[in-house]
Amino acid sequence: MDDPLIVVALLLVAASATAAVAVRDPARQALVLAVLGTVLAVLFTVLQAPDVALSQLAVGSALTPLLIMLSVRKVRRPQRKKEAER
Amino acid sequence: MSVFPYLVAAWVFLVGCYGLVTSRNLIHAVGCLAVCQSSTYVLLLAVGYRDGATAPVFSDLKPGSRPVVDPVVQALALTDVVVGATVTAVLLALVLQISKLHGTVDPDELSELRG
Amino acid sequence: MTRRTRLLVAALGGTGLAVLLVAACFDLPRFGGAHHPYGDRVVRASLARHTANTIASVNFDQRAFDTLGEMSILFASVLGTVVLLRQTRDEHRAAPEPEQVALPVRRFALLVLPVAVVTGLYVIAHGQLSPGGGFQGGVVVATALHLLYLGADYRALERIRPVGSYEIADALAASAYLVLGLAGLVAGTAFLANFLPYGTFNTLSSGGTVPLLNAAIGMEVACAVVVLLARFLDQAVEIEKGGEK
Repeated sequence: MDDPLIVVALLLVAASATAAVAVRDPARQALVLAVLGTVLAVLFTVLQAPDVALSQLAVGSALTPLLIMLSVRKVRRPQRKKEAER
Repeated sequence: MSVFPYLVAAWVFLVGCYGLVTSRNLIHAVGCLAVCQSSTYVLLLAVGYRDGATAPVFSDLKPGSRPVVDPVVQALALTDVVVGATVTAVLLALVLQISKLHGTVDPDELSELRG
Repeated sequence: MTRRTRLLVAALGGTGLAVLLVAACFDLPRFGGAHHPYGDRVVRASLARHTANTIASVNFDQRAFDTLGEMSILFASVLGTVVLLRQTRDEHRAAPEPEQVALPVRRFALLVLPVAVVTGLYVIAHGQLSPGGGFQGGVVVATALHLLYLGADYRALERIRPVGSYEIADALAASAYLVLGLAGLVAGTAFLANFLPYGTFNTLSSGGTVPLLNAAIGMEVACAVVVLLARFLDQAVEIEKGGEK
């Protein structure tokens, strides 16, 4: 494979995926997942798949991180309330 | 390297599985599942790629003038991306319910089955 | 099973899986190879049906039945989320406190919102011509509506997003897809067959039923994502534990 652009995009995907798993705090993981979504969209564009890249960009960089952040907020609220009551 | 994209897809999948197994927070585990899903998209699109080809869209391309990549795998990956996000939403809703019922999202503390 | 035993089993299984995966990778056809028999046939069929976007032809014409399955997965997951995140008897709704938004952010969000919605509708409408279609455009429209949440506050978002109407519209769009499929049966061919005339290549009226199915899926995906985000936002912002007040 003689296209260095594809190699760079693949390495970025591997790096962001490893980072998304290594970050243990879910709120920060949501941001790393947004980065992973954008890097995947770049990889899909370079692999000549603009349809999939459009889909991935809209979903992976906005929707999934937003859902994760809203869940983190909902899960943390009663725990903070319990600490406030003590 | 003609197998490098497949190896990257396998690496991303294994990294996601490792994250799932060693996770201490269910929301983090759902994020690792999303990473596993993205590895399948990389594998699908890598299978369909053709050297020197362009996207299979003929709105600005004269049909037959250039080779195009395989559109079948792109169609599979396309619907998969959106549907995968909604399934992630269902899993997160389940995690919210677990946190409401048991007060924790640590999978190690959820070992007993309670009514 | 203790945590250490679980990790040991996972390590063993993971190593075995890794070895098998790497061995399989070396058996796959070379990356970038020129042998794609299904791809060539699909491109020929799509050009014969006057659809410029081959992927839209695969999704909504040649394999429209699979897209029906995907749409039902989407519908079922939205249904599951709505049921799981409904307000229970021991919870109440607390009005969220409005937060001051910086003026540049407010102006930018309110300026970009109509542009983004129109872009999403454009992507849905031109799905059979250029990269785009119901799935992508639907997500763009749904997330564009939530720019109002960023630029104003939750109360303003609730005004342009009556959740009940979006749920009805979601169900209507899913039924529209089915009705278009049944129309193919009634027209004398097969379920989800492309029975409309194919039209002129590379214009908006080409591809037969592809633009209609695109519109149905676009409406379905947009309403589904809005309902999903509405339920999650309600849980995170409004609903709190505590008896009826």
